[in-house]
Amino acid sequence: MAEEEEERKQKKEIAKWFLTNAPAGEIQYVAKDIRSVVGDDEVYDEAAAEAFPTYNKTHLVVLEMPDRSGDVIVTTHGELDESNYFDPRTAHVATVDHVKQVCTKVRPATDEELPSSYIEEFRGALDAEVCKYVGDTYPKGTCSVYCTSGKDVEGPGENFEFAIVISAAKLSPQNFCNGSWRSIWNVEFKDDMQVVELRGKMQVGAHYFEEGNVQLDTNTECKDSTIFQSPEDSAVSITNMIRHHETEYMTSLEASYLNLPDTTFKDLRRKLPVTRTLFPWHNTLQFSLTRDITKELGIGK
Amino acid sequence: MEAAMDLMRRISPNKSEMALSALLSLLPYHSSDLLSQVDQPLQVYFDTESGKEFILCEYNRDADSYRSPWSNKYHPPMEDGPLPSPQLRKLEVEANDVFAVYRDQYYEGGVSSVYMWEDDNEGFVSCFLIKKDGSRKADGRRGYLQEGAWEAIHVIEVGHQEEETAHYCLTSTVMLSLTTENKPSGTFNLSGSIRRQMNLDLPVEDGHLCNMGKMIEEMEGKLRNSLDQVYFGKTREMVCTLRPPPEGLQVRLPESS
Repeated sequence: MAEEEEERKQKKEIAKWFLTNAPAGEIQYVAKDIRSVVGDDEVYDEAAAEAFPTYNKTHLVVLEMPDRSGDVIVTTHGELDESNYFDPRTAHVATVDHVKQVCTKVRPATDEELPSSYIEEFRGALDAEVCKYVGDTYPKGTCSVYCTSGKDVEGPGENFEFAIVISAAKLSPQNFCNGSWRSIWNVEFKDDMQVVELRGKMQVGAHYFEEGNVQLDTNTECKDSTIFQSPEDSAVSITNMIRHHETEYMTSLEASYLNLPDTTFKDLRRKLPVTRTLFPWHNTLQFSLTRDITKELGIGK
Repeated sequence: MEAAMDLMRRISPNKSEMALSALLSLLPYHSSDLLSQVDQPLQVYFDTESGKEFILCEYNRDADSYRSPWSNKYHPPMEDGPLPSPQLRKLEVEANDVFAVYRDQYYEGGVSSVYMWEDDNEGFVSCFLIKKDGSRKADGRRGYLQEGAWEAIHVIEVGHQEEETAHYCLTSTVMLSLTTENKPSGTFNLSGSIRRQMNLDLPVEDGHLCNMGKMIEEMEGKLRNSLDQVYFGKTREMVCTLRPPPEGLQVRLPESS
């Protein structure tokens, strides 16, 4: 009995591992496969109930709200509880079915859930700027600005913090290709020091799987800061910093790709042998001959 | 089984070892199918007698022991492990020596092993293996890679000789992973695995080793090229689709050929 329980636990852990390690946009395919491999729907359902929320939050999955009011990003920054996510732009709370990856219900946020009007001025201005930037930069991008600390601050004199979440995914399974760009920017408004500090984390993944399986996985972190200004001016300078760092990151990714053929890849396998001519398969006797001579002369190991 | 193979195509090649062992524990009845259809990372063992490393795989394994191509002995020792016929062993010895030179010319380091065995149709099968650690700590001559692994598995079935020609069926797999790490660009990892097949009828006057070697060389060139141009190119295209470079600054994409 104990053994059976152990086996069941192990099956569930394996199913969870496959689900949470699915590439961007592929969890439903992985789910179908692993359900059939596990061969026990009850175990699978338990695993899915635990793995999907984790996956949706790490991949910053974007779901459409049912009343067409907009999209909600599934992220810890907007998480009220396991299935309810706050969307600050529309001031709504969306109820999410993690396993189906749909939004089932939406309701207006309560006063307690909303930030103070002082904070909302900063947040709204930043949201507008970041939205403009994301709209111009990412064809499939979604963004949101959350107040993560100090949402009830009523006026100058106190610190507060925002999180800016940008999520862009491009899924084209018919072309065997999926990818995602995720960035999270932490913004600390330090009233006492009159500075705004920015910490960013960017992550890009791509998967190409036509007759093979090749994946790109990159991430980086960076920091910056600016002076504490009015809501509008802060919004502009923060967005400029983000634009600068993200563009720089994109350039460095391009550089990594450009370096591949001639430098990086060469350390794995050269295009041509060191002799720069194809290997002399017709004349391999020379190698065995040299070997024999080496042996006879007692040199080499 | 089909679902298991689809999972292997989706999970990152970097995690294939974990994925395979998970599938083996879920599908114990399919273990031989899984092991023959999914290529796993190659392990290396040191043959103390010859002072050389050799590669472990399903083809030189018997129970828990592996036959070294250098000493023709099993490690850990076992009494009656299968050995190739003396004639085939002679070709195996030669193949190992020549392939080591080939490997050094293309890889500037790494480990290689060749195993041969008779099959049931009066022909034989050869398996050519290469494992290279191209990280800057190991055999990476240029020192660009934080982590870099290349593993190639070539299995050639050589049919019974008919008149002057023999049929060669080559199945090749390449698995690789490379990571660069530096200040502004952070961690950059590409990993992949692809498998291709090639069938040829060739005159045997040049010898089996020459024919097999040429096929492997051509195949490795093709695989390297398609990884570089097509597969990496596609992931790069994807990045540019997610965040297109500003207009007027169009980056050139590698031509897919």
